[in-house]
Amino acid sequence: MTRTEPTERELVDFVVREARLLDDKRYAEWLDLWTDDGIYWVPLAPEQTDGVHHNSHLYEDKLLRTLRVERLKSARAYSQQPPSRALHVLQRPTVEASDAATQSFVLRTSFHYTEAQGDEIQSFVGTASHHLVREGDSLRLRLKRVDLLNGDAALPAVQLFI
Amino acid sequence: MSTTTMTTTTAAAAPSRYRDRPDAIRALVEPDRVHRDLYIDAEIFALEQEHFFANTWSYVCHESQVREAGDYVTLEIAGRPLVAVRHGDGSVRVLMNRCAHKGARVVSAPAGNTGNFFRCPYHAWAYNTDGSLRAIPLKSGYDGTRLAECEGSRGLVPVRHVESYRGFVFCKLGDAGPGFASYFGASLTSIDNLADRSPEGELEITGGCLRFLHACNWKMFVENLNDTMHPMVVHESSAGTAKAMWKDEPADAPKPMAIEQFVPFVSDYKFFDDMGVRVFANGHSYSGVHFSIHSGYSGVAGYEEAMHAAYGAERSAAIMKVARHNTVYYPSLTIKGAIQSIRVVRPLAVDQTVIESWTFRLKGAPDELLARTVTYNRLINSPFSVVGHDDLHAYRAIQKGLHASGNPWVSLQRGFDPGEVGRDEVTAPGTSEISMRNQYRAWVQYMTMTM
Repeated sequence: MTRTEPTERELVDFVVREARLLDDKRYAEWLDLWTDDGIYWVPLAPEQTDGVHHNSHLYEDKLLRTLRVERLKSARAYSQQPPSRALHVLQRPTVEASDAATQSFVLRTSFHYTEAQGDEIQSFVGTASHHLVREGDSLRLRLKRVDLLNGDAALPAVQLFI
Repeated sequence: MSTTTMTTTTAAAAPSRYRDRPDAIRALVEPDRVHRDLYIDAEIFALEQEHFFANTWSYVCHESQVREAGDYVTLEIAGRPLVAVRHGDGSVRVLMNRCAHKGARVVSAPAGNTGNFFRCPYHAWAYNTDGSLRAIPLKSGYDGTRLAECEGSRGLVPVRHVESYRGFVFCKLGDAGPGFASYFGASLTSIDNLADRSPEGELEITGGCLRFLHACNWKMFVENLNDTMHPMVVHESSAGTAKAMWKDEPADAPKPMAIEQFVPFVSDYKFFDDMGVRVFANGHSYSGVHFSIHSGYSGVAGYEEAMHAAYGAERSAAIMKVARHNTVYYPSLTIKGAIQSIRVVRPLAVDQTVIESWTFRLKGAPDELLARTVTYNRLINSPFSVVGHDDLHAYRAIQKGLHASGNPWVSLQRGFDPGEVGRDEVTAPGTSEISMRNQYRAWVQYMTMTM
C-alpha cells in the first residue's frame, strides 16, 4: 500500500476543525487531535525558540492539556462562573512546509480570537503554527504554537484555549 | 424651527473625605480589621500614590538587568515615570524619566543601552547617566534668561534614596520614612537565601517577564501571598484535579514537575498551619517558617554537588533547608527563594494592578533548575494560569462585593492577639491573618506620615 500525501484541503481542514472543536467546547475530541508528545505553546516573546528555559504563557504537554480540560468540568472552577465562550476567526491557513519522507507538515494561520464572559469581552490577534504529522491514517498535532501580536504586553486572564 | 439651548453643567466637586484628614485615614485601620475604602476609594488610591508609595521602599529592578554602563530599564512607581540606569561609576541610578525642558518622557523603550547619555527625542536636550544636564542645542538662545536658576537647568531629577541589596535595587521617592536597612530589617534574610542558592552567590534575571493585568486593588494580591486558608478552596479545581489525576500512580513513580508543583497547593489546613508565618516591622512577612509547599521537590542532578563544593556540606544543607513560601517586601515585591522567582506589584488605579513575574538563573547551578523555575512561573503566574484564574476571580469578587451596604469592614481577626501590636518580629501559626494586620499597621503609618 502506498501512502499518499494529504492534500492541501485535508491539511487546511484539520486547522479549521481544530478551532471549531475549541469553539464548540468539544474538548475530548480536541485532546484526541494530538500526538502523545504534542506541545501546545503560547510563547511570551516574538521569535522565542525555547519553551523550557524561557517564560511562556503556555507550554503544555498531554498531562497539562488534560488537566486544563478536566478542571473545566469541576463545579468549583470559580473563575468560570459564568462560563466563558470563545470564538476563533481564522484567515485562510497556508502550507508553509511539507516533508513527504517524515509525513510532517506546517501550516500558518492568522487569527482573531475572542473570549466573552458575562458582560465582558476581550480579543487577541496573532498567528498560529500547526505542526502536523501522519499517524496511521490520521493527521495529528505535534506542536501548536500561538504567537500573539502583543504577547509581551500586560494581559488579562485568558481562560479558554486560544 | 427649534432652538437648542446650550447649558453648561458644572459638576460639584465631590467633597474630599480623606485629603488633609489623617485622622479619617487612621480610623480606617483597626488592630483586627480594615475599612473597605482602602480597596475601593479612588481618593485613597490617589493619596497612596502621593504619600504611602513615596514614604516606603519600592522594588526597582535587579542589577543583572543593567549590567553594562548605559544599560537602562524604564518603569513606573506611584505613577512617576522612572528610568534606572547603570552609570559610568558602576552604580545604578534611578532618575525621573522627564525632560527638564518641556516634560517629555526621555526614554520610551522598556530596556536598552543609551551609551554615555540620554537624548530627548523632542528638542535634543542631552543628559548624563547621573541625570545631570549635558547639552542644549543652540544654548545661546538662553543667554540673559533665568534658565540657569530654574529646574530646567538641573537635568533629570534623580531619586535620592536608592539602595542595592545583593543585586535587588530599591528606591524611596520621598525624603521621609526610614532608611533602607531599618525599613527591611531582618526580613532581608529571604533575599540572602535566594542569592545563597547560587553556588556563586549571584543571580541573573532571565527568561522574560510575565505581565498579568489584575482588575483589582493591589492589596488583594499582596494579602493573598501569606493567606494560607485559601489554597485548598480556591485551587481545588486546578491543584485538586492534578492530585486526582495522579492518585492511581504508585507512590514511587517519578512525578512530573507539574504534579510536584501543583499538588501541595491542596494540602490540608494542618499543613498550612504548621508551616508558620513570621512578620516584621513595616509590613514585611513570610509564610513557611518551618517548611512550605516548596519543601518536597525532588533534587536536581549536579546541583547539590555544586552547592557542597561552594559552601561545604553543613552550610549548603542549611541554605537548602530554608524553603520559605512567599516573602513579602512590603509593599511592592514578593519573592520565592526555593523557586527562584519574584513577583512585582505595580498598581495602576484603585481597581487595576499589573503583576510582573520574573525568573532567575542561579549562577553555577544546572539549567534544570531554571527549567523548574520557568515551569512554576508559567503554571502559577501566567495570564493563562488555571491557578491564577481562580485567585484573580477571588480578588475581583472582593472588589465588587465590598460595594455592598450593611458591613463596610474587612475582617482580619483570625488568630488575633492584642499583644502582637507594636512588636518588631512575631512568629505565629501559619493560618493566622497576622501578616495582613501587620501590613495595615505599616500602611496607616506611612500613609499619614507626611500629612
